[in-house]
Amino acid sequence: MERYFQPEIECASQEQIKAWQDERLVKQVKHVWENVPYYRKKMEEKGVTPDDIKGRDDLHKLPFLSKDDLRMAYPYGLRGVPAKDCVRIHSTSGTTGKRVVAFYTQHDIDLWEDCCARALTAAGATSEDVCQVAYGYGLFTGGAGLNGGSHKVGCLTIPISSGNTERQIMFLQDLQATVLCCTPSYAAYLGESMKEMGLTPDQIPLKAGIFGAEAWSEEMRQDIQNTLGIKAYDIYGLTELSGPGVAFECSAQNGMHINEDHFIAEIIDPSTGEVLPEGSKGELVFTSITKEAFPLLRYRTRDICMLTREKCSCGRTHVKMAKPMGRSDDMLIIRGVNVFPSQIEAVLLNAGYPANYQIIIDRVRNTDTLDVQVEMTPEMFTDNMGEIKKRQSELESGLRNMLGISAKVVLVAPKTIVRSEGKAIRVIDKRKI
Amino acid sequence: MSLKQISVFVENKPGKMQHLTQVLADHNVDMRALSLAETSDFGIVRIIVDDVYAASTMLKDEGFIHSVNKVLVVAIPDEPGGLNTVLAILSEAQINVEYMYAFMGGRNVSHAYMIFRVEDRKAAVAALGQKGIRCIDQDELAQM
Repeated sequence: MERYFQPEIECASQEQIKAWQDERLVKQVKHVWENVPYYRKKMEEKGVTPDDIKGRDDLHKLPFLSKDDLRMAYPYGLRGVPAKDCVRIHSTSGTTGKRVVAFYTQHDIDLWEDCCARALTAAGATSEDVCQVAYGYGLFTGGAGLNGGSHKVGCLTIPISSGNTERQIMFLQDLQATVLCCTPSYAAYLGESMKEMGLTPDQIPLKAGIFGAEAWSEEMRQDIQNTLGIKAYDIYGLTELSGPGVAFECSAQNGMHINEDHFIAEIIDPSTGEVLPEGSKGELVFTSITKEAFPLLRYRTRDICMLTREKCSCGRTHVKMAKPMGRSDDMLIIRGVNVFPSQIEAVLLNAGYPANYQIIIDRVRNTDTLDVQVEMTPEMFTDNMGEIKKRQSELESGLRNMLGISAKVVLVAPKTIVRSEGKAIRVIDKRKI
Repeated sequence: MSLKQISVFVENKPGKMQHLTQVLADHNVDMRALSLAETSDFGIVRIIVDDVYAASTMLKDEGFIHSVNKVLVVAIPDEPGGLNTVLAILSEAQINVEYMYAFMGGRNVSHAYMIFRVEDRKAAVAALGQKGIRCIDQDELAQM
């Protein structure tokens, strides 16, 4: 039996969804025009006024916002309401440049928590469940978002935050947590640690996990599902739009439903900005139609993915986005070829290697080099040097087939690749260009 | 008539081998023989110790990837042509040697020892035995 947190919204007809989007977009454009001078200027430059926007079909007339705009407008330039009406900020980790600071009214937080509650319910959580939130709490949206969602669902919430792996495992056992929320790399690490402690999946009652905030592959999902003995669900979001819960996976586990009553999604050609038809691969763009304090219109996420309105077996009607295939800023250009870390991960997991890896790019005598460091495991080790070399070269040819360029596999000792309790550092680019 | 050898995965980077020897030293492990096979990024260190179980447990606890394999330790007359005699026997019996390394021997001055990893251990022991060449076992090693 599929459960919904807000069935009347989650299973609404396409006409109803469009009606909500039309009405809310018109209202939101007026709000932004009147309260966000930075965006109003962009609209004026493009010769667009709120009168030109009658509904969703006019969205393409509006200018884009990029991460650069957010940096330029830092910290208050895109705020839609005065500070006295805001109750909180969250901020990005700032790994790709200057931090982005996003503002929230109480109403914004309320709607965001609804979105997270929808995700938890879709993963099977009810008020009977114990939900361990191992995302970081603080400026990062992960902890706060899932914490709020978990409260709304009525789960007993463990706000453990990230880190302290032994305590995480102790709580999973002693407090009988049934739902886990964290980054997929931390979930994999917890599974690995449990195995080391001699714990099997049937010794903990965990049944589901919601894992997001970084890219992960289908193979990694299988890996986590097996080591933890759970169903692993993806969740998508970004601080700029609220946080986790912009889109979430349902029981079908094949794409994430975008909460279309709050966000309008478009796919564009990243080089021309042209809107692409449904089913095309391109850059995901979001328009926030209900946010008051940080109302972003046509925000370019840099995530490359596809949308589909095909009927979903779960009964939800909101459009589904595929797992992002990479980010245009995650994308590496090596010897002129586009490479996404997720492709490398897929090859490793397929060949039975662990999901702990690091990609090191360098430039030697004007040629890019790509090294993939992989940790040796007891299962992969043998006294036979020839056998190890053979597996190494099989992996190298697997990478060459997937990427179209050659990569060198470097086997390293266990635990030498830094485990992260937040986002994993997968890529080290040493090139000085 | 075989003996257990421990093979350890070690990265080919400064200090990695010393880290292993440090751990072995800290735990009072007495190495009887050692060989190193290396590639540009990693190596396999093969060692013969008295107490295989203790050393293996300790290496696991210390986070080393390793495996335990059976090898032959052959007593070879310590004289010119000694090793050749042994290899000739294996060659005649069509037994392939995957790798081999020398072992200094103990207080027994009349023999040197050679460690062999062969495909067919039983056939090797039989072929050598017929010609009066002896392989030593774990107990004998501990007494040396």
